[in-house]
Amino acid sequence: MHQKDRTDNYSIDVRNLTKKFADFTAVDNISFSVKRGETFAFLGPNGAGKTTTIKMLTTLLRPTTGTMQVNGFDPMTNQDAVRRSFGIVFQDPSLDDELTAYENMEFHGVLYKVPDKILKKKIEEMLNFVELWDRKNDIVKHFSGGMKRRLEIARGLLHTPEVLFMDEPTIGLDPQTRNSIWKYLKNLNSTAGITVFFTTHYMDEAERVADRVAIIDHGKIVAEGTPEELKEKTGAKSLEDAFLSLTGKKIREEESGSIDEMRMNRKMWSK
Amino acid sequence: MIRTIYILWLRQLKRYVRSRSRMIGSLGQPILFLLALGYGFGPVFQKAGQGNYLEFLAPGVIAMTILFTAIFSGIEIIWDKQFGFLKETLVAPVSRLNIMIGRTLGGASVATIQGIIVFFISIAAGFRPTSLAFLPVALLITVLTALLFTAMGTAIASLLEDMQGFQMIMNFLVMPIFFLSGALFPLAGLPGSIFIAASVNPLTYGVDGLRGALGGQMHFGFGSDLAVLTGVTALFLVIGSYLFSKIEI
Repeated sequence: MHQKDRTDNYSIDVRNLTKKFADFTAVDNISFSVKRGETFAFLGPNGAGKTTTIKMLTTLLRPTTGTMQVNGFDPMTNQDAVRRSFGIVFQDPSLDDELTAYENMEFHGVLYKVPDKILKKKIEEMLNFVELWDRKNDIVKHFSGGMKRRLEIARGLLHTPEVLFMDEPTIGLDPQTRNSIWKYLKNLNSTAGITVFFTTHYMDEAERVADRVAIIDHGKIVAEGTPEELKEKTGAKSLEDAFLSLTGKKIREEESGSIDEMRMNRKMWSK
Repeated sequence: MIRTIYILWLRQLKRYVRSRSRMIGSLGQPILFLLALGYGFGPVFQKAGQGNYLEFLAPGVIAMTILFTAIFSGIEIIWDKQFGFLKETLVAPVSRLNIMIGRTLGGASVATIQGIIVFFISIAAGFRPTSLAFLPVALLITVLTALLFTAMGTAIASLLEDMQGFQMIMNFLVMPIFFLSGALFPLAGLPGSIFIAASVNPLTYGVDGLRGALGGQMHFGFGSDLAVLTGVTALFLVIGSYLFSKIEI
């Protein structure tokens, strides 16, 4: 009974989750939950374990130990049910650059088995939602960063998920685009009741849009609560100050891995 | 399931048709081989009593095109793993096996089309197939070879984290497969060790089959060629599917 109450009230429920890579513990025994319909910000310095946590929640990585529930399903044992129930916008772009906006949407709809009859209407609705309908037949390669992001959001929402995961959705975008992205999401959150789980480095965004915030550092959650609660707890004026007082001012020397190198190569190649 | 596989296949073909520069670029190498080697070694080959070198070489160059195109479309997964589309497909509620099948069929179709284009380029360069009756057999061998090496590329890409290993794969796997396949020289009368290397190389049977179907001179015969190609293709499809299902990103 108790378990059922939890799945009714929570979209995401994480207990004692740990992920180790060889000798490195990326996520260290974290627990948190996200209520249905909530906008939840998952904050932390580079290398804190944000992306690893998202990968585990979205069935891309298996945890070393711990349990998770996403919309009442276990990402380890009930992968397809979990996958149907969330949409995701990845940190790195994941559109097919050689396809048109419409084709990217159509591909997604087929993979998620959106019935043929509904698919066309739904694509139109979502592309209108992010104001890209008039660009539907353009090859994505020619889109700006902001347009690609908007398209990814539309795509993530196409199969009407209950949770939308977004890993740094506004990185590298101009204030206008960032603003419009949060406007869509607020809209969606209030009309469709979608749970939004996002990470960001822009503390002002988190403070403005998030109902609740969790701060992760060195794989551990160091604070959790509403932005107001965190400011009160640390006696800070803004969430950014609260964040700095909780995680320290030391700059994280994240070693540049092969991924960063590929990210750079990719930029060069795609020019 | 069929729709999933179809849309993945369609995506590969659309990408191929739209990236004209890549298509034309990948045809440059076979043209160079046909012209430089075909005409360059022609007189020596003739003097050695082996006949027309272009007739001998063309099936080898077609096989080379299939090999390179197929392996590359498999290897593309390395890029896709970090940036792109693979992530999008891996979080979708479809089985990994279907994703692998769709991609492999797409890659193999592209390799087959490239092979057919090079076939026509060879004809323009002066190659004449001795009989047209065997063209369906040539197509079957083309498709099998394309499937085999796309699946091999997928298997390799599933194991690699980034593109750093790519050069190594080119130099220690793809180039040896090509040079030791009998694409450029006859297998008869080779030193023992080279012949052994060629016999365990699956491309050798693709080259032999194509040459038999297009030109007539065979070393192993259609029976052995088709048996080896089918067996090794099935094996790589199983290995590729298994490794692909283990991808974590």
